[in-house]
Amino acid sequence: MKSRGREVVKRRSVRPFIFGVLALGLLLAVWESYRNWIGPWLGTERDVGKVLGFKLLPRANDLAMPSVFDMAREFGRPQVRGSSTNVFEAVAQATFNSLQLAIGALLIGTFVGVGAAILMSRFKVVQRGLMPYLVISQTIPLIALAPLTVTWGGQLSLFGFQWQKWTSALVLGAFLSFFPIAVGALRGFNSPPPAALELMDSYAASWWSTWRKLRLPAAIPYLTPAMRLAGSAAVFGVVVSEISVGLTDGVGYLILAYMQEGTSRPAKVFTAVAGTVVLGLAMAAVINAADRYFTRHRPPEEFA
Amino acid sequence: MTFAVEVLAVHKVFNSGRSNQVDALTDIDLQVAPGEFVSLIGPSGCGKSTLLRLIADLLEPTAGSLLVNGKAPRQARLDQDYGMAFQQAGLFEWRSVAKNIELPLELKGWDKDKRRGRAMEMLELVKLPNRADAMPWQLSGGQQQRIAIARALAAHPPLLLMDEPFGALDEMTREHMQAELLRICAATQTTVVFVTHSIPEAVYLSDRVVVMSPGPGRITEIVQVGLGRARDEGTREAVGFYEKITEVREALRGGNLGGLTNREVAGIEDR
Ligand SMILES: Nc1ncnc2c1ncn2[C@@H]1O[C@H](COP(=O)(O)OP(=O)(O)OP(=O)(O)O)[C@@H](O)[C@H]1O
Ligand SMILES: [Mg+2]
Repeated sequence: MKSRGREVVKRRSVRPFIFGVLALGLLLAVWESYRNWIGPWLGTERDVGKVLGFKLLPRANDLAMPSVFDMAREFGRPQVRGSSTNVFEAVAQATFNSLQLAIGALLIGTFVGVGAAILMSRFKVVQRGLMPYLVISQTIPLIALAPLTVTWGGQLSLFGFQWQKWTSALVLGAFLSFFPIAVGALRGFNSPPPAALELMDSYAASWWSTWRKLRLPAAIPYLTPAMRLAGSAAVFGVVVSEISVGLTDGVGYLILAYMQEGTSRPAKVFTAVAGTVVLGLAMAAVINAADRYFTRHRPPEEFA
Repeated sequence: MTFAVEVLAVHKVFNSGRSNQVDALTDIDLQVAPGEFVSLIGPSGCGKSTLLRLIADLLEPTAGSLLVNGKAPRQARLDQDYGMAFQQAGLFEWRSVAKNIELPLELKGWDKDKRRGRAMEMLELVKLPNRADAMPWQLSGGQQQRIAIARALAAHPPLLLMDEPFGALDEMTREHMQAELLRICAATQTTVVFVTHSIPEAVYLSDRVVVMSPGPGRITEIVQVGLGRARDEGTREAVGFYEKITEVREALRGGNLGGLTNREVAGIEDR
């Protein structure tokens, strides 16, 4: 019965959220106490910061470790002297721009990764032929690849579409995220036990119906962890590409730009760093929501 | 008359030509009449599942031939002439109970209302009419097994192939399910080929019990049960019932002089 189904649905606990906030609070507290008390005490009274003449622990000054409160204040200050937008608006806008790119990259990566996994599970030859290339593809340094895609893309003209810098970031985010998806989806598509496949055979089901009714749903639990990896990969790909190709409206580029103001406004760069944290969290939230939706009828953990 | 299942001089060799080749079945001849309930019994490895899978066209014979409803097994499979149930219920955990029963109907291209109607009928038949929207993991093992049987019967196949479907059930549920299976098959005129390790189960359910022995897998004897179609709890206590159990047990022993220990025979009897 419907009502019974709902009874046992996984509780959407707020606990992880509370723990997350607590963990962040703890991090900030450690940071503050280090720069205010522990760092200076170690430096002046003990001099333990130095090991074999190397300085290991960071210097606890405003330049290296600006106060959390200074960072918070930075959000309210104007972007540049005399500008009408403040830092918060700039970071929020840039984070949003990057989030759009990262989600787009994840979607493309998922599409390509699932497609590759379908081909690989359908034709063992493809799996044997394609897998080595997939593995090698992930070892190419992104920093080198990003500017290249701009050059290649610039020579491309598809139905009047002009290659932009954001296209490079999108493509590179997708390039990094499709690999975990392909691997996870392949494992998922191959996960049904022989008995289940035999059942589909006994119905004379085509390969495609077997895929839709058995292999794809069986792969969902494998896709969620793959999506989490792919989500971080997409964020990483987009942020690094922004820096590498000089895409100025993303939060990655903002880090680079704010860093250059390190001596005059050392706390400012941390606002952009906070932006990337929010970006990562937003991606995780999107993926969790998708996971919740697709596994809403699955047995809760204790049954699985 | 066309037989529901006709097996003619079938041999099945796994890994033929290689050093580790296994003669799973030799010289199998078997005819099953429409509406008949036939059990396959024999020690582990004697080829019961293999024979069932040959009938289902999930395997091909090395030699000999089979006919299912007078057709080649492949054609019978494509026409979905049979339903199959295994030891494990094997329900899809992402589908509700009703959706699991509808699976073969979906693959046949039935429309939604017709599918749902049939699923409800089937749930009625297996006495779980209120559980249509439950998920498989919310059911007990015995209930899941009943859903698997409902799924096998959903398209009203003229032939039901069952491989130790009650193996995982407790004795009470098992007896209950046996009675239900007989009731369902009588109601739907279904032919059944049923694999089991339990002598009482084979005798209680069957018109004929096919006794097999291993190394190489072969049919050693076919026991006519002849207790009539109407079976109830009284059947289990009838004198004729025990006589048939003894007959099957003896047949199992006789066929197993080549290599099977008494303990293995006893192991079969225990179940
Ligand atoms: N796919 C296979 N490849 C190789 N050998 C197989 C295969 N399937 C079955 N066999 C062999 O064929 C023989 C018969 O196996 P089968 O599964 O039919 O036995 P069974 O009578 O069903 O046994 P059980 O009662 O244990 O289920 C066994 O010796 C087994 O090892
Ligand atoms: Mg078997």
